Amino acid sequence: MNQNKKLKINSNNLLLVITIALFVVMYIAGCIVYADKGFTRLQTFLNILINNAGLICIASGMTCVMLTGGIDISVGSVVAMDCMIIAVGIERWGWSSPVLMILVLAVGIVFGLVQGYCISYLKIQPFIVTMAGMFFARGMTAVICTEQVSITSDPVFTTLSSFKIEMPFGIGSYVNKKGIPQIPYIRASVIVALLVVLVIFLMLRYTRFGRSLYAVGGNQQSATLMGLDVKKVTLKAYILSSFLASIGGICYCLNTMSGTTTQAAGLEMDAISSAVIGGTLLTGGVGNVVGSLFGVMINGTISTLVKTNGKLISSWANIVTAILLCFFIVLQAVFVKIKERKKA
Amino acid sequence: MDKNIVLTMRGICMTFPGVKALDNVDFTLRKGEIRALMGENGAGKSTLIKCLTGVNKFETGEIHVDGIDGPIVNKDTLDAQKKGISTVYQEVNLCPNLSVAENLYIGREPLTKFGTVNRRKMIAMAAQLMKDLDLDIEVTQNLENYSLALQQMIAIARAVDMKSKVLILDEPTSSLDDHEVSLLFKMMRQLREQGVGIVFVTHFLEQVYEVCDGITVLRNGTLVGEYTVEELPRVKLVAAMMGKDFDDLASIKPEGEKDMTHAPLEIEAKGLSHAGKIKPFNLDIHKGEVIGLTGLLGSGRSELARVIYGADRAQTGTLKVDGKEVTIKSPIDAMNLGMGLLPDDRKAEGIIGDLSVRENIILAMQAKLGIFKRIPMAKQIEIADKYIEMLSIKTASRETLIKQLSGGNQQKVILARWLATNPDFLVLDEPTRGIDIGTKTEIQKLVIKLADEGKSIIFISSEVEEMLRTCNRLAVLRDGEKVGELESDEMSQEGVMKAIAGGGASE
Repeated sequence: MNQNKKLKINSNNLLLVITIALFVVMYIAGCIVYADKGFTRLQTFLNILINNAGLICIASGMTCVMLTGGIDISVGSVVAMDCMIIAVGIERWGWSSPVLMILVLAVGIVFGLVQGYCISYLKIQPFIVTMAGMFFARGMTAVICTEQVSITSDPVFTTLSSFKIEMPFGIGSYVNKKGIPQIPYIRASVIVALLVVLVIFLMLRYTRFGRSLYAVGGNQQSATLMGLDVKKVTLKAYILSSFLASIGGICYCLNTMSGTTTQAAGLEMDAISSAVIGGTLLTGGVGNVVGSLFGVMINGTISTLVKTNGKLISSWANIVTAILLCFFIVLQAVFVKIKERKKA
Repeated sequence: MDKNIVLTMRGICMTFPGVKALDNVDFTLRKGEIRALMGENGAGKSTLIKCLTGVNKFETGEIHVDGIDGPIVNKDTLDAQKKGISTVYQEVNLCPNLSVAENLYIGREPLTKFGTVNRRKMIAMAAQLMKDLDLDIEVTQNLENYSLALQQMIAIARAVDMKSKVLILDEPTSSLDDHEVSLLFKMMRQLREQGVGIVFVTHFLEQVYEVCDGITVLRNGTLVGEYTVEELPRVKLVAAMMGKDFDDLASIKPEGEKDMTHAPLEIEAKGLSHAGKIKPFNLDIHKGEVIGLTGLLGSGRSELARVIYGADRAQTGTLKVDGKEVTIKSPIDAMNLGMGLLPDDRKAEGIIGDLSVRENIILAMQAKLGIFKRIPMAKQIEIADKYIEMLSIKTASRETLIKQLSGGNQQKVILARWLATNPDFLVLDEPTRGIDIGTKTEIQKLVIKLADEGKSIIFISSEVEEMLRTCNRLAVLRDGEKVGELESDEMSQEGVMKAIAGGGASE
């Protein structure tokens, strides 16, 4: 009896299950079709993680904000600003990278504090506030420096960027075309990203703040009447989002090793689409950070498939993402309808 | 303070801009008592509750709660909860996307020693609470999986578990079916046994007599009286709510009537309904007849008219206009069939304040013609002047902005607007509310005159005398249902009161 209840999947979990299943199916299909092009190698999978480590952090923060029924479209620009601060800081100001990373995180917190205050206490639409934040951060990036700045001179940062964590026991190792054995590896940013997902997962599930995010998104008025400090919870969500965007910005910078004004353009949309594909409702109250992780992985797999094909232009990845988004939004709408019908 | 009294409110006054919402209202609640708070819409029930729970700030008066020395003022609902006053609303104020257990304990979850939520303990506590209240609910399921009635009971369980001494149930039964209502009542009685004082706000008269011990009646923001159920049988309750002294009513007689039954039918409605607003009803209206809709405010008077007019689309039933079956999808269809509706909330639905008197009069006519057919200015002026004179609208000129006119004159302009479309059938919803007695009489005369010209009219008013003077026949509504009709010989103040009060009224 008890067992049965545990196995029972409610519709919210079902969305997550569908996302994971879709990822698995898509990946296996890729393995079969592109077996000769090295898609089956473990490193291909790990590369998706490496390339998207920053996005995973950002999508985790986005999930928290979306759970409250809000949105944060400033995160892409925040990432660009972070990269520029780090690049210019190292190359022009001669600051050490640990100081810069702490500075960037502090900037993220302040950024989130201002946006969150406007949204929760001044009751301005999240879309408008974070759009202003988006323009501001993008503008500040150019104010700091209009040129592309490559990071080359900081030994700590360069080491961190190129540092490989190889798979233990040589799992998935292979021999490349030149006959040199390769051991699959991940980079430090992947560890950071997975830690972020773990921490946010536990936070959403087991802390008062985490549960409050769901309550606020479920019904704001009810949450107030049940004694939750809705404004504070909302404020914290936006601080968390900007903070995680800054962590994501550092991960992103470790990959690109440069700062430019146009960097990470549209990254906020990737984060939102990943969260939606991962089962987070735009209306709030339903979602899971694990889903968002898989959402990012699905987006990453699509672009890897397009790249592996070689003949398709990269815009095809956008088209497939668009189709998937439609599919998931329709699916969510269907679930809502079914629920309503059940009630009636 | 009496030991058995759990809540007293004394001399509560509160003003909204321009309106005295509460004037010196007293309220007393004992331990283990279920007290109904009754009154028509706008009587001040909600305002009183909101003053108690800290949503509204009252200006003068005192609130005392058992166990707390001195008068209390609640800053907000949370503050009220802390002092033992909980409210459960008609719309369930819980989070549908969370589990039942979380809804019961959110914000006060049991914690582990690491400061995280102790889910296991929370679930066990929730399950025990459900068991204590005889509710068969799996607490790990999401709230949205349960019916509205159960959700409401979970909301009550939350309130009870927070050691509430005063439980306010604001229209809790409005969206429940009979079985669910009986479950709720069982729970209320159980809580009464435990000594909780319950304030029950409802507009269902039957339910008051089924479950309550006492009744407090408000009218127009003043206290009519605090009664026990035995002291106040149904008819007296209705009289108290409407502000009529029952004993004085019997003497007033209706005036001479004309027999309308042989006139041809203008409107034949069969089984029309709109879910949640008005239950299926039949209504025939003859040509040249004025039919009144009577009932307490909120009983479905306006809703019935709105369904015929198509402002709320009929979901069942058939409608014949002038002998032909028609489907009305929207008010423009109704207008093309020669209908007009004068809404009761003229500020929100009627006047367009920044247009002139002339433009307001032309409006419905223009809508009927379609916006591309211009009405020549000379014609517009002619029409406007005709109705300004006919209805003796007091305005500086036909080009004066309507918002500068008095309420009664605004009402006449809206009436003119509909008369300009030359309708065969007109719905007048509270046409005389808030206007002076002289203008009232003018409008009543006009209604009778229009009927004499062969127009059919639905007349809605809260004033029974007015209805008796103007209408040929009355339809009685109660709780969203048409419960009967009164022909001219039954039409008296007493008859109307009895009909509104419904079953058991004669006892």
